[in-house]
Amino acid sequence: MKQLNSIVEGVGSVVQLLFRSASYAGSLPRQWARFIEQCYQIGYTTLPIVAILSFFIGTVLALEAGYAMEGFGAKEFIGSLVGLSMARELGPMMTSVLLAGRVGSAIAAELASMKVYQEIDALTTMNIPAAKILVLPRLAAVLVMMPVLIVIANIVGWFGGSVVARYVSTVGISPESYFAALRHYTKFKDVINGMEKAEVFGFVVVLVCCDIGLNTKGGPREIGAAVTRAVVVSLILILVLDYFVTKILM
Amino acid sequence: MDTQMESSCSKTRNPFTGAEANAVSVKVDHVCKSFSGVEVLKDISFEVIPGEIFVLMGPSGSGKSVLLRDIVGLDVPTSGTVTIDGQDPSLEATRDRVRVALVFQDGALFNSLSVYDNLALYPREHRSGDEDSISQKVMHALKILSVEDAAYKFPSELSGGMKKRVSIARALVMEPQLLLYDEPTSELDPVMSATISEIIATLKNEYSVTSIVVTHDRALAQTISNRVGIIMGGELITLGTPAELFATKDPRLVDFLNPKIDIKNPRFKKLESTKPS
Repeated sequence: MKQLNSIVEGVGSVVQLLFRSASYAGSLPRQWARFIEQCYQIGYTTLPIVAILSFFIGTVLALEAGYAMEGFGAKEFIGSLVGLSMARELGPMMTSVLLAGRVGSAIAAELASMKVYQEIDALTTMNIPAAKILVLPRLAAVLVMMPVLIVIANIVGWFGGSVVARYVSTVGISPESYFAALRHYTKFKDVINGMEKAEVFGFVVVLVCCDIGLNTKGGPREIGAAVTRAVVVSLILILVLDYFVTKILM
Repeated sequence: MDTQMESSCSKTRNPFTGAEANAVSVKVDHVCKSFSGVEVLKDISFEVIPGEIFVLMGPSGSGKSVLLRDIVGLDVPTSGTVTIDGQDPSLEATRDRVRVALVFQDGALFNSLSVYDNLALYPREHRSGDEDSISQKVMHALKILSVEDAAYKFPSELSGGMKKRVSIARALVMEPQLLLYDEPTSELDPVMSATISEIIATLKNEYSVTSIVVTHDRALAQTISNRVGIIMGGELITLGTPAELFATKDPRLVDFLNPKIDIKNPRFKKLESTKPS
């Protein structure tokens, strides 16, 4: 019962934060510098790790597909499997998981530290809402940067698959037939669906991490606890939302 | 004379433009505050008149800072009311109308911003002037507090005393009508404590800002206050002028205000008494 209460409280707090932040949307043009800084943090600094991870997801997909499809004589379809898996599921999901681990934890740590060291209280006494200058630019930045990250993740993942297809003897299909299958079966709609998923996941991750950071109470030890909580809750939400968003988008 | 003084104190003077505004009053009315069933503040009532420096003293853990958070609107009392010029300080609308600044015990400076940006944040966010006038305002405030050399340093590069002064400068940039200080001289050497006391007194004398100072620094209270309230165990046990208070014979106050070190009869339990037999 106590846990159910805390879940309901948490949902209420996140929804409140969302509405408070949205109410300051008009101030975004004046927060250009903060928005750009967050785009840099969320997009640029996450890009290398997203690229590395996506490349190897692509390679593993191609390798596993090569092994499984050999029995059916369907190795030419490896491209379609890698293309669709990356675009519809693994690209958005793994990028969001990385976002939770890398950006979400940093957001929770920064805001929790500001709360513990009374910087948030100082903002309140100055009548500067934290939702306006700390949350809104981050939410706007994640909405802009997620599609960019997803496009790059997809391209790098597909490329990773093609490398395995070409150079690993057990797979051994030409890049031309790999990309022909990928192009034929992976539609533009699949890529857009993946982006929509990623937008939802990224937005929820940033919102939840901001909320957990801003609601931190106690001393410095709580900062670490807030970061752990933020990452765990984000990961659970990504997986739960994945089912529902996929169902809606089908 | 008194009337003259009161009328001169009822207006605050803007430290930057010289413009006058009404100084504000604070009313604390039967305030109680509990945390998890533990009563921290017990039926506290007093009023701070416009333009005065009101000092709240008391031993550590007596509830002074909790009361300050209620006054500034960061927390709300469990029962009773706090009003600033008749309005609830926890409401955003009140903060829009009355400029209240709090100097935090640890400064609460924004660590990711330079000293200059810490001070410029408020006028930028509230769009009070263009960048040139904001720059003038910030540098003026830093000059008043003699920390203009630290303008482009980050809070982590400052000493404790400088952080306190920057924190006061940041409050000053808000052109406050009510200025609250939480332990402004704690963790400072005697010279720096005296400097901070002089700064608080100067701000009051020059700009007539209503001020509430929470401290357990007797010298600070004696030097700068118009009135002093003493909180012990969550209760306001006395309220008066510094002269009245420091002449008191109440044993609780005498022990707090003039503690004697008695080595033969120490206040703490002797270690021997806790030894196992």
